[in-house]
Amino acid sequence: MTAEFLDLAFISGLMGATMRMATPIIFAALGEILTERAGVLNLGIEGIMLMGAMTGFLFTFSTDSIWLGVFAAACVGMLLGFLMALLSVNLGLSQHVSGLGITLFATGLAMFIYRLHFGSPTVPPVIQPFKQVALPVLSKIPVIGPGLFTQYTLTYVAWLLVPALSILLYRTTIGLKIRTVGENPVVADTVGVNVTLTRTLCLVAGGALMGIGGAFLTLAHQNMFLIDVIGGRGWVAIAMVIFGNWNPLKATIGALIFGFLDGLQLRLQSVGVVLSFHLFLMIPYLLTIIALIGVSRRAAVPAGLLKPYRREERGG
Amino acid sequence: VDERGKSVIRFRIIKRKPLPGWAKIVIPIAAILATLVLAAIPILLAGGHLWKSYYYLFHGALGTRYNLLETFVKASPLLLTGLAVAFAFRAKFWNIGAEGQLLAGALAATVLGVHLGSISPVLVLPTIIIGGFLAGGLWASIPALLKTKLKVDDVVSTLLLNYVMIHIMGALLFGPLQQPGSSWPRSSAIIEAAQYPILMPRSRFHMGIIISFVAMLIIWFINKKTTFGYQAKAVGTNIRAAHFGGINTTSVILWTALVSGGLAGLAGVGELCALQYRLIMDISPGYGYSGIVIAMLGNLHPAGVLFSSLFFSVIIVGAQTMSRMTGVPTYIAEVIQGMALMVMLIFLLFTEYKLKVQRK
Repeated sequence: MTAEFLDLAFISGLMGATMRMATPIIFAALGEILTERAGVLNLGIEGIMLMGAMTGFLFTFSTDSIWLGVFAAACVGMLLGFLMALLSVNLGLSQHVSGLGITLFATGLAMFIYRLHFGSPTVPPVIQPFKQVALPVLSKIPVIGPGLFTQYTLTYVAWLLVPALSILLYRTTIGLKIRTVGENPVVADTVGVNVTLTRTLCLVAGGALMGIGGAFLTLAHQNMFLIDVIGGRGWVAIAMVIFGNWNPLKATIGALIFGFLDGLQLRLQSVGVVLSFHLFLMIPYLLTIIALIGVSRRAAVPAGLLKPYRREERGG
Repeated sequence: VDERGKSVIRFRIIKRKPLPGWAKIVIPIAAILATLVLAAIPILLAGGHLWKSYYYLFHGALGTRYNLLETFVKASPLLLTGLAVAFAFRAKFWNIGAEGQLLAGALAATVLGVHLGSISPVLVLPTIIIGGFLAGGLWASIPALLKTKLKVDDVVSTLLLNYVMIHIMGALLFGPLQQPGSSWPRSSAIIEAAQYPILMPRSRFHMGIIISFVAMLIIWFINKKTTFGYQAKAVGTNIRAAHFGGINTTSVILWTALVSGGLAGLAGVGELCALQYRLIMDISPGYGYSGIVIAMLGNLHPAGVLFSSLFFSVIIVGAQTMSRMTGVPTYIAEVIQGMALMVMLIFLLFTEYKLKVQRK
């Protein structure tokens, strides 16, 4: 009887943890899909998430308003997205290198600002994080309800954003324009779509999502900022975009698998299963690589990805 | 003047004629100067006195004999990871995994360095150096194989493998490699024969610095004088053309990865055998990632990489003194690195293109 109850509680808890741990990856992956669909690989993602995590924490700490923290994280993400646009779209620099540049710069900046503001205290400062919200009715469903439908507001937002981005990309004129810019900028330009502007706006909006994804980690998942808080989740998000074939829904499935493993690892630790903690932490990354092997050969990469567009150099 | 009667100025980026050879030297220097000027912003934001900060930055790195030699100590891993990245990027193998390859090298050096007590002391260091090189190289050949055989994107796979290696190291340091009796994630100390000799008294100037300089010369030679160097360049310029020109592109990428990862592995060997003497989790403060900036700033040329690794070690070593004397956080070094990369990129762009102002 007790064992059975524990099992149910464990499963329910695991489902909840899966949703929680998938949230930052979903935000970041959606942001990356938006920019890659417009033809720009944004390797600044890891740094943008870290800046989002730091800025969100800093603003919440200083103003006691957690939503202001989320807003600030989105703004910082937009600024960095804009910087990425300046380098890779307006100046047409290598997307690989400008993205890595943004990540290195943003990582340094996040640690610099944090240290500047908080010094190096022995006990890291904390904030009052988001509380989980139980959805009426749904959270009462036996077994799955309490886990799946008692989540942070940002998790629900992430779930709403998945269909929203799908509709935007596949069902609207704006989406068609974005995809055309990503597939064939020359055609887009010929029919009067402003390639530079479209790519810039996508990078800015994508940056906002990445920033919020980072902020989730310091405002909901944890209540403090640690330097390794992102821990490669930005790169995982990029891998999920490839895994999901640049489709919001499929990338989300990938994010859930990652979230499941991440959540399982946390759960097992909390129940006191003495499995090598590091070996377990490695699994999500290994599985991501294996998943990439599976999908890479049939990947539908946006044809304009990685190619800077300069009207003056248009072939012909 | 457009319809609304406003004068419109448009900036366009157009290709320019190739710049003369001296530009290749002047432009990185100009980029460094521009970065130092830009660095004034975070320094001032941190409330540091500007001139004092710059003074301590350079005095801290170059002002005394010990500090100057320390700058070389810091430059050694940076030069190796910079070379590793530059060598890979030249063949367009996007190796972002130098950090993991460095750790692989350090890991191999630890295993060998702790257990090689039974062989002749003369053979210990050569074995460790070769072992570290191979460990880094083999770790890098995984993403190269994935790229060439299975078309897996190398940027993502090299990045993800960094985290896999960190956790392998963590698992070993909490497991079989953990120093008996210790509760910390650290290995036993390596034997004395496995330590790099110190070459200058009263300093940490060690043999690894010489190794990194020799590596620089070897890479320069490979790039300039060997068929392989030519083939790697061809693969990097246009892989299809190289393929149709009869170059075995798969083998070129694999060998490139092996050498690139091996160089990063040597950086790990150096950190272990010359400075730490035992493996700890934070054996590298991100040297692998700094290598990317250094390679780009050095324009992927070995001499350029040497120059930029020295510049960065000045910044990193100097930032310690600057932080102590002016209160500007040491993370300023990371901020400057990021800035330097972006400034250099923009400067490089304008070696190929120019900005044209059009009025219409």
